[in-house]
Amino acid sequence: MSTNAKEIDNLVNQTYEAGFYTDIEQEFAPPGLNEETIRFISKKKSEPEWLLEWRLKAYKQFNEMTEPKWAHVEYPPIDFQEISYYAAPKSDEDRPKSLDEVDPKLLETYEKLGIPLEEQKVLAGVAVDIVFDSVSVHTTFREKLAEVGVIFCSFSEAVKDHPELVKKYLGTVVPARDNFYSALNSAVFSDGSFVYIPKNTRCPMELSTYFRMNAMNTGQFERTLIVADEGSYVSYLEGCTAPMRDENQLHAAVVELVVLKDAEIKYSTVQNWYPGDEEGKGGIYNFVTKRGDCRGDRSKISWTQVETGSAITWKYPSCILRGENSIGEFYSVALTNNLQQADTGTKMVHLGKGSNSTIISKGISAGRSQNAYRGLVRVGGSAENARNYTQCDSLLLGDKSAAHTFPYIECKNPSAQIEHEASTSKISDDQLFYLRSRGISQEDAINMIVNGFCKEVFKELPMEFAVEAQKLLGISLEGSIG
Amino acid sequence: MLEISDLHVDVDGKEILSGINLTVKAGETHAIMGPNGSGKSTLSHVIAGREGYTVSRGKIVFNGKSLIDLEPEERAGEGVFLAFQYPIEIAGVNNVYMLKAALNGIRNYRGEKELTSVEFLKLVKSKVKAVGLDESLLNRQVNSGFSGGEKKRNEIFQLSVLEPMLAVLDETDSGLDIDALKAVSDGVNKLRDASRSFVVITHYQRLLDYIVPDYVHVLANGKIIKTGDKELAHALESKGYDWLTDGQESAA
Repeated sequence: MSTNAKEIDNLVNQTYEAGFYTDIEQEFAPPGLNEETIRFISKKKSEPEWLLEWRLKAYKQFNEMTEPKWAHVEYPPIDFQEISYYAAPKSDEDRPKSLDEVDPKLLETYEKLGIPLEEQKVLAGVAVDIVFDSVSVHTTFREKLAEVGVIFCSFSEAVKDHPELVKKYLGTVVPARDNFYSALNSAVFSDGSFVYIPKNTRCPMELSTYFRMNAMNTGQFERTLIVADEGSYVSYLEGCTAPMRDENQLHAAVVELVVLKDAEIKYSTVQNWYPGDEEGKGGIYNFVTKRGDCRGDRSKISWTQVETGSAITWKYPSCILRGENSIGEFYSVALTNNLQQADTGTKMVHLGKGSNSTIISKGISAGRSQNAYRGLVRVGGSAENARNYTQCDSLLLGDKSAAHTFPYIECKNPSAQIEHEASTSKISDDQLFYLRSRGISQEDAINMIVNGFCKEVFKELPMEFAVEAQKLLGISLEGSIG
Repeated sequence: MLEISDLHVDVDGKEILSGINLTVKAGETHAIMGPNGSGKSTLSHVIAGREGYTVSRGKIVFNGKSLIDLEPEERAGEGVFLAFQYPIEIAGVNNVYMLKAALNGIRNYRGEKELTSVEFLKLVKSKVKAVGLDESLLNRQVNSGFSGGEKKRNEIFQLSVLEPMLAVLDETDSGLDIDALKAVSDGVNKLRDASRSFVVITHYQRLLDYIVPDYVHVLANGKIIKTGDKELAHALESKGYDWLTDGQESAA
């Protein structure tokens, strides 16, 4: 390694020291999935014995499971022995040397989003010779959070500093054996975020993974755990609008939310991972398990997601509505273009009396893409007067894309009220002609109609996020109508 | 301003307009009347540039420039406006937001500076009064949940903000009660001046009592078969179209 590169590494590691990471040596675990790999990961992260045991147990369960096939997506078989499960930061030889080596389409997108040049380099994975000035931002905001007792740190750090909290809640919402990919994640998860909001505390700011430099390196098996103690509130933002390149094709994250009595978590995601080129080559497989548990009475979880990236998206942010009068909400925009495939939706499991859920799903399919909504509303026998309202709209652009809706409803309590509305429409020539005859270009007109279609979801997003999301849809749709 | 000569237009291989000649000078208002299926709406759509119409022969020249190869938004930029017979609903899109995008689209096309939000709102406030549009409609979704009268008034309001040089009103009177008709006509009349021209397409003479035209043309079977002044409209009102179309056939 050149001296210059070493200096960079030092700088990067410095950031981690001040921030979330401890010292990381430049080392890879050899590809392959076995107990050795898991022990290696755990050791590298200096984890306590109980966590290693937890991982190993998950691995055993993973071995007994088979890959699910029910989603409406197609992809070549994944060889789990080919994947490297512990990837230290990439060496500079493997990275593009400059932006000249990066897919020009990607750069064009960065331009349009107005991302500064230096940030573009980081996002595109170019070996950078500057370090973000994020340390100071990061420190100030951490101090502010500490004042009210909010914990927001990396998962690894939480394991070290708050083991009792992690132990108490980890895997209680998404058990390792929940599904094939959650078992895999539990065995080999790399890092992620941990948030704890103490009793009767309103988190003084929106928590964003943006604040965390290392969000980009948490890699393919991210683990997030957010606990909102009684009477607390937090709004958490995940992801960013810039398309992020990642050499890891398979992403299998797990997100667990725990909401106690009278508490609320608002979880917003804008996901724009590399969808692959126009032929779908090189895109990310995003197989995520996201679930929240409304444990206490009157607790509330609100999921809002805008998904435009990934070659394949397979995720169902869900709510277990255990508490009486607990509330679950799911607002989603999923846009697919070119050869992207998305099978996404939610599960609302009503257990508590008077529990209430709302599902608003907007799917937009362009190009030759496949976009499926899959939703489950289950009302248990104990859920007197449970209510659900589902609205599921699909918008088709062009005539080669497809939209699918798979709603499942299981109701074991006769007092429940469940409503389901669904629509599929095409952008009409009338609408386009109307707007264009007013002086609006075809592209702007399409954006306007699509954004109007998504409005009910966008209004749930925090302000700046909503503005970015609108821009993002426009960019993702470019060239989708000839 | 607008010169249409020998215009032939096909839709799905069927000829709908068969040699239209029409000259509209600056400041003039022309009414186009005619029975159902005579090609009136086709003419308005062809002027505005809707897809699906094939111009097989003839010219549409606007201020010396051929419109035929221009996109609808480019025609708007040149100063053409079409008030729709059935204004389109667009869910989730704010009425004023749409209008601002339209005005700035046109200004961009002309190489003029875009209006800021403040400038734009000022403009809107002044126009909304002039047209008598209920201000609460401004921030509703485009035409969504509007009554028939509100939709038409909204078209005229858009017209007043976009200030085109040529406005084509496609059966703006259809579905309006007499009060709404008066209000819409008032709005149009306020916008009439020496530099702006109107082509008013209608079935009924009634509208022309309020928007008094300089010329009245009768369109039948894809051709203008008679041109006169406003008295022609009165004649049509009492006699219908048959005496003209019959006459045309016997002459042929």
